[in-house]
Amino acid sequence: MATDVTTAAGRGTVRRLAGSLHRRPRLRLTLLLTAPLLWLAVLYLGSLAVLFVSAFWTTNSFTSQVVKVWSTDNFHELFTTPVFRQVILRSVGVALAVTVLCAVIAFPVAFYTARVARPRWRPLLVVAILTPLWASYLVKVYAWRLILSEGGLADWMLAPFGLSGPGFGLPATVLTLTYLWLPYMILPIHTALEQLPANLLDASADLGARAGRTFRSVVLPMVLPSVAAGSVFTFSLSLGDYITVQIVGGKTQLIGNLVYSNIELNLPMAAALGTVPVVVIVLYLLAIRRTGALNSL
Amino acid sequence: MRPTRTLRTAACAAALLLAAACDSSGSGGSSATGLNPPDLKAPTKLGKTEGQVNLVAWAGYVEDGSNDPKVNWVGDFEKQTGCQVHSKVAASSDEMVKLMKTGQYDAVSASGDASLRLIASGDAAPVNTALVPNYKDIFTGLKNGAWNSVKGQMYGIPHGRGANLLMYNTEKVKPAPTSWSAVFDDAVKYKGHVTAYDSPIYIADAALYLKATKPELKIKDPYALDQKQFDAAVALLKQQNKNVGEYWSDYLKEVSAFKSGDSVVGTTWQVIANLAASEGAKVKAVVPKEGSTGWSDTWMVYSKAKHPNCAYKWLDWIVSPKVNAQVAEYFGEAPANSKACAETSDKNFCTVYHAADENYWKRIAFWNTPIEQCLDGRKDVKCVPYAKWVQAWTEIKG
Repeated sequence: MATDVTTAAGRGTVRRLAGSLHRRPRLRLTLLLTAPLLWLAVLYLGSLAVLFVSAFWTTNSFTSQVVKVWSTDNFHELFTTPVFRQVILRSVGVALAVTVLCAVIAFPVAFYTARVARPRWRPLLVVAILTPLWASYLVKVYAWRLILSEGGLADWMLAPFGLSGPGFGLPATVLTLTYLWLPYMILPIHTALEQLPANLLDASADLGARAGRTFRSVVLPMVLPSVAAGSVFTFSLSLGDYITVQIVGGKTQLIGNLVYSNIELNLPMAAALGTVPVVVIVLYLLAIRRTGALNSL
Repeated sequence: MRPTRTLRTAACAAALLLAAACDSSGSGGSSATGLNPPDLKAPTKLGKTEGQVNLVAWAGYVEDGSNDPKVNWVGDFEKQTGCQVHSKVAASSDEMVKLMKTGQYDAVSASGDASLRLIASGDAAPVNTALVPNYKDIFTGLKNGAWNSVKGQMYGIPHGRGANLLMYNTEKVKPAPTSWSAVFDDAVKYKGHVTAYDSPIYIADAALYLKATKPELKIKDPYALDQKQFDAAVALLKQQNKNVGEYWSDYLKEVSAFKSGDSVVGTTWQVIANLAASEGAKVKAVVPKEGSTGWSDTWMVYSKAKHPNCAYKWLDWIVSPKVNAQVAEYFGEAPANSKACAETSDKNFCTVYHAADENYWKRIAFWNTPIEQCLDGRKDVKCVPYAKWVQAWTEIKG
């Protein structure tokens, strides 16, 4: 009996609260958004701001303690030291190569899973594409190290043609990163191809267009935003990666490795180097936005 | 609308970068103080233990059985002294220095490329070796080293040592190399299969080679290089880079590279050579005729330690014969205590690691921190400080 009364009272309070929230949409919105906005502003944008500001500090050359004196030396060094320029260009080049390779490989795969394969197999194929994402990143990269090592699988498979594997180095890095990020490219293209209305293809055929023409004039324009969306993943993930290159990259270094090697002794320089991928990716996103791809993310 | 905004943002970003690039103020003069350590006093007697001690150590130096239940030398220490051990593993010398500066730790197992920095900045206190009974059994070659003492005052207790050896694949590298030229001047024979240690301190290896092969450079100490000597070492390493397959910092990576044949010649540690050989790689490791670089770790006490008595107890414990033998065998290095050799589980251990062979260690130049004041005593030139070594290392790798 007593419990009934309390639950009834509790229910009353909840109802009153719900009622007052209903009457005040602004309060409702504030309560809903405060936590995520704080997260975004303080933790995410805040740390980016700290990164940027600390790039203008310097260090004591002997004790390597950060000295909070404003100076643009780090950025000056970043743009005048040949090795930094070279590494930045190399990193952007790797990210672009991985993106292009992913797009080229992902398109036929996605076309098969979305339009050619029998409908009841399609979900299974998508699951199969996603399976590698369940395995640990390190396991996959070390597997590639074994494949590409001297006398490894790559050498063995190419031996009958009188060739040898690429060994460790830049090509191995691009190859491994392409493998790692491929699912992120296949999925958006798969979705776009799946949603492509069949009657458009029929209309194109009825009007006398051959397969190639249909592909260029109908399929490609409609799928391109998805390719761009997938490229946001492959590009940014490749640009930030520094572990794959340590394992299969031989002596190659990318931006991430430079950040890592500076982080203990010269934090401001590491921060300056760290702003480079941020700037590159912001520019990339702005360029991508023009294609309308961000709407289909 | 959109393109304009994109363009404008890009232009702003470019302008920002330009501004940064254009208005560079001259780099501020460095304020290295050299080795003039603050006047700190070592304790004259020990008091009551504080019940706990906080340590910064290399992986494998402070094992309490949590990694491997059979590997535990912390448990007995806690039982005997009542000092609860809290340890923090550091991945690099630079991280060690940084952690010690937080003031939360009492002692650290610093390598030579960190110890001088800690001494000079006043973070490491002089150690009264009379309060560490096991100190008397430490090999004399480890006492009063350039990397652990200043003007005859010890700043820590030596823990162990190891040499950077030249490892080669006995099937592919013939004749067997006896000189570091195998990885420098003759490296082109093994193009793409040469390996080297991935750290700025490796520049000293090149300097050591130049010391023997280019006497006109007058290199006395590979850690005290003036600009001309330094440039020569860097040039040699840039030459070497063309033949390098990969650099290693993680030792399992080197083991796998020698097993598969991706690397056939390069620097190594004794423990890596043993591991690779036990896994079937056809390798041998030697100290070449020019000698070699190496490391020697020292347990140092923080100058404002909150638990100095427990820290001294730990210093004594870690170099006690039995524990020192355990650590040395687990980590793969020569023990510091001369009596430890009788306590190793593998009776051959000290022979393999040359623990008591002082003539062997005379040929090893132990890691030290390069500073502006030349460590070899030259007063007329400035030497290249470690921060510049780090930059040069990035450039060498390209």
